[in-house]
Amino acid sequence: MRLRCPICGERDHREFYYQGSAVKMDRPDPDANAAAWDDYVYLRDNQPGLLEELWSHDAGCGAWLKVTRDTTTHAVLATALAKEERR
Amino acid sequence: MRFSGLKVFKEGLTGNKGWGPHWRSPETKAEYDVVLIGGGGHGLATAHYLAKVHGLTNVAVLEKGYLGGGNVGRNTTIVRANYMLPGNSEFYSHSLKLWEGLEEDLNYNVMHSQRGIINLVHSDGQRDAFARRGNMMIGQGDDAILLDTAGVRKILPYLDFDQTRFPIYGGLYHKRGGTARHDAVAWGYARSASDRGVDLIQQCEVTGIDVVNGVVKGVQTTRGPIRAKKVGMVAAGRSSQVAAMAGLRLPIESHVLQAFVTEGLKPCIDHVITYGMGHFYISQSDKGGLVFGGDLDMYSSYAARGNLPLAEHVVEAAMTLMPVIGKAKMLRSWGGIMDMSPDGSFIMDRTDIEGLFVNAGWCYGGFKATPASGHTFAHLLATGTPHPTTIRHRLDRFRTGFGIMDEESTGAQHNLH
Repeated sequence: MRLRCPICGERDHREFYYQGSAVKMDRPDPDANAAAWDDYVYLRDNQPGLLEELWSHDAGCGAWLKVTRDTTTHAVLATALAKEERR
Repeated sequence: MRFSGLKVFKEGLTGNKGWGPHWRSPETKAEYDVVLIGGGGHGLATAHYLAKVHGLTNVAVLEKGYLGGGNVGRNTTIVRANYMLPGNSEFYSHSLKLWEGLEEDLNYNVMHSQRGIINLVHSDGQRDAFARRGNMMIGQGDDAILLDTAGVRKILPYLDFDQTRFPIYGGLYHKRGGTARHDAVAWGYARSASDRGVDLIQQCEVTGIDVVNGVVKGVQTTRGPIRAKKVGMVAAGRSSQVAAMAGLRLPIESHVLQAFVTEGLKPCIDHVITYGMGHFYISQSDKGGLVFGGDLDMYSSYAARGNLPLAEHVVEAAMTLMPVIGKAKMLRSWGGIMDMSPDGSFIMDRTDIEGLFVNAGWCYGGFKATPASGHTFAHLLATGTPHPTTIRHRLDRFRTGFGIMDEESTGAQHNLH
């Protein structure tokens, strides 16, 4: 499985560290209630199919990528720098 | 049909015509007292204990494929009770005791072999951590012996004691741990449940869960609707898919774990061995194949296969620990779908929907839990209250922060356990 780092090019996934679901980019307000934080930290849709996730290029440039990948086939559909996707 | 040595002898002399199917293949009924979604090890075990312990036989196990075709059909067969934290310690201890009576209980040979498991340690800190774990096990009433290097060398002389990257400082030896034949466990539970009147329905995929005013009414399936007073979700790696049918989201991420088998070899590895640097553990099956594995691939997956980097990493670890197996040919590898929870410990609880119960979050350690998972889930379904060994395994423990059981001390990331 290869990921195309926008800065470094296509690299073996071993160069990256899996940071988890891209929902991590939607951090709740610090004063949000327990349900909001529970949802953010723990609850996941976790359905088979397309998943938006975060990988950091730790053995390369260190950039965080937002990757769209099909979890039933491991096919990578899109990669982008996470900072350019920030909401 | 009762299995016995006499029966084997008699059938052998009369042409083996008296063996029958191990379970019935009934049509579905319109309604059951309990419907279990998932016909794997835990679902089948739950059905057995519902019938045997609680006298509940108006029960159906719904399996979308064939019985035991999921994780119970392809795991690395390890059985052990070496957990440490309150909650897990008593549960896995309970499970091991059930394992020790299982073949009598099921009248089925599950090839439970208490050959012993050694968790190797490679630093002073790790040895201290395992000494603590061993003491917790002894406090629980189970067995643990802390071995030094010489002690490990006596029972595992074939390890590489000269390597300096992860020198062998010793190990924690749990003699009552070992292996069992995974398929036989599923089939033994299936046969018992079926004989007691539970309907095992294969090729029946649940496509919806009917909820009215916060109360579960039944399920929709590819073989038609089935009403139920209680529904138990016990679908392992696909738990989130099933829960979504009732509008629920679970604290679960599904990840791939790979495992590997070599060609059959003469008996050479007589124990279960885990490499303390992580990423490798091994035992030898009764067919002779070395059964081994390592870590998750680390990315979410429903593919039921992993990638080569992990395979290479596992074999690298194997070669640093026991180069003696280097010439063995890898015969087969596979991947499963693991229901990873945020603390690495399982969830067994009611849900916010009345009559709907969840049994999930086993990560990659569900096989050893099979008897106790079935026994305690049956208890919860039958009585409405949790068994004493599962009172801590609440679904909401992450939201409340109460009772989190993080055995690996790796924090709230699902794939780190």
